[in-house]
Amino acid sequence: MTGQSISLTASGAAARGRKRKNIRSEQPLQPSQPAKTQAAPKGARPAGVPAGWRVIAAKEFADHISSIRFLVLTVILTLAAAAAVYSTAGLLKGVAPDASDQPSLFLYLFFYSPQNSPGFTFVFFVSLLAPLLGIAFGFDGVNGERSEGTLPRLVSQPIHRDDVINGKFVAGLAAISVILVAIIAVVGAIGVLQLGILPNIDEVLRLAVWVVLAVVYVGLWLAIALLCSVVFRRAATSALVSIAIWLVLTTFAGFLVGIFAGFLSPIGDNTTQDQINNLSMQRNLSLISPSQLFTEATKATLNPAIQSFDINALIRVANEPQAYPLSQLSIEQSLLVVWPQFVGLIALTSGAFAVAYVSFMRQEVRA
Amino acid sequence: MAVADPLSPKNAGGVPAIKTRALTKKYGEFTAVDKLDLQVRQGEVFGLLGPNGAGKTTTILMLLGLSEPTSGTARVLDMDPARDPIAVKRRVGYLPDAVGFYGSLTGRQNLRYTARLNGVERKAGESHIDELLERVGLTNAANKRVDTYSRGMKQRLGLADVMVKRPSIVILDEPTTAIDPAGVEEVLALIRELANDGAAVLLASHLLHQVQQVCDEVGIFVAGRLVTSGAMDKLSSSLAANGPIEIEVAAPPPAEGVKAIAEKVNGVISVEKDGRDPRMWVVRAKRDVRADLARALVEAGHAPYHLRRRGDELDEIYRRYFADYAAEGATTA
Repeated sequence: MTGQSISLTASGAAARGRKRKNIRSEQPLQPSQPAKTQAAPKGARPAGVPAGWRVIAAKEFADHISSIRFLVLTVILTLAAAAAVYSTAGLLKGVAPDASDQPSLFLYLFFYSPQNSPGFTFVFFVSLLAPLLGIAFGFDGVNGERSEGTLPRLVSQPIHRDDVINGKFVAGLAAISVILVAIIAVVGAIGVLQLGILPNIDEVLRLAVWVVLAVVYVGLWLAIALLCSVVFRRAATSALVSIAIWLVLTTFAGFLVGIFAGFLSPIGDNTTQDQINNLSMQRNLSLISPSQLFTEATKATLNPAIQSFDINALIRVANEPQAYPLSQLSIEQSLLVVWPQFVGLIALTSGAFAVAYVSFMRQEVRA
Repeated sequence: MAVADPLSPKNAGGVPAIKTRALTKKYGEFTAVDKLDLQVRQGEVFGLLGPNGAGKTTTILMLLGLSEPTSGTARVLDMDPARDPIAVKRRVGYLPDAVGFYGSLTGRQNLRYTARLNGVERKAGESHIDELLERVGLTNAANKRVDTYSRGMKQRLGLADVMVKRPSIVILDEPTTAIDPAGVEEVLALIRELANDGAAVLLASHLLHQVQQVCDEVGIFVAGRLVTSGAMDKLSSSLAANGPIEIEVAAPPPAEGVKAIAEKVNGVISVEKDGRDPRMWVVRAKRDVRADLARALVEAGHAPYHLRRRGDELDEIYRRYFADYAAEGATTA
């Protein structure tokens, strides 16, 4: 960087030229230099230099936070959540005399709906809109870089190829967490103002666990959307396919489960046992759907009264109420109840991300 | 078919920046790059010239470790890109074909991102970025969003982006495509500067006229094979070996004696008046006789004002090799 370049740089060129010469002399252009670099472990970065995925995640996160889609999603979700909680708080006040001894009244804000009501609760809206959140931050992750022509430039930097998809996944999860935590905070504040009670530690912990659960669930949709963005060239196609998967797994899954349960465990003579078997089968089949896993995990995390989802167990309790007195589970006990669902969700999310990861790694840069 | 001669005297000194041996890439039955032997030295601009689809980008991706060769080896700064891509990519700047930037970020923010990815220390990086923006003439546009940039500005930003990591090797894929002539000149001047700074430059392009002026050496690359390579003059002589060369010569009247003098020059086959321009003679010769012809004319008292070898342009060479290749393809098919 001497000679001609100095003549191009305008004022103070001489000083800068000297400076640059110094830099040069530290990094001579001799091909003997790389031998040193090569001796270092593969991909080793100098101390204090952040890993590639961190740099990518930081940039992607900043992009997400300042994007219009982030603003729109935050506004929509906050409005829906606030409206739901506001109406739930009204309902709770109506039944307050009966519920005054309920130990976890605060949490009822998030899921309480009286019998025969449409059930427009906070958790209902979140389960409904969560996939949208994940899809919004993932559907153009990789194909966006392709269509902008930035992907070849990005992967030619000294980073591992998987840094790209890892960074994007982490950034998406971070953006989702920010939105969910913000909404919980807004909703909690509304609840405190409306009901005039403060949540205790146990309730705050349950909410925290639920946020983690929700992030994992939204992470599943983020991973599915990222996979679509790897597979499909156009962002529009990727978004449509992601939404199609969402509709199939959440809406049509109920119908399909009913049909398959009818085959596998038919209600032949319309006996009670047949019906129980059929319901049990329906429940087992529906656990394939991530939205069902999330719904169950949500219920048991937020509601200490829920002890099991097993139909036979529920029937036993209903038949012999004396033997199973109503009790409130501690948070540890509730965690035990939701553990299978929790693990199932984590497995699904990891699996979806693994598929996205592998398909990205196998793809030609130029393809 | 002629191949690169890695041991030509000109290449003897120093370890080459890029060296490939029988580098081959196959996609199923299709051979994208066929036994490529290539050598680029520090401080040199090597033009890898060929039509679209010749395998230029595939070659580049293999040099960067972004694509695995099917067989053969590539050495970049004496490292193996397939085994140690990160170390290679730390030293090699790559400007892809149709380079893109994040449209919602400014030019400066885009460069900053590249600096961060290269682990450049923030403060030092910032002054270097200022310097680079000035060098490519984008200081005034540095804080504007890139989606307001013209194609030429993006290309210049691309060159700045390549220089952020202070590369020892610069690989440019079609750097002059889709920009206006003034933009081309600017880009070419910057490329020449890179080589003057000591970097090895590999320039892949299908636009011969545009890049020939900055290339020290060129390789003609067709359908995955390096048809010929070498310095421009070497290519010209290898072209001459394929048939007589034609030289245009003109001198102010009275110029009737020119024909007789020219015919006496060693190697000249025939001398005729040009069909279109009667002031001009066309000398057909077995070798490039321009120097001898000029001396003979001057010694005889003529003052030649025009002496041009026909087909002495990369374009001609290119077309020639393409024609040869096409003919060969037709006979073997």
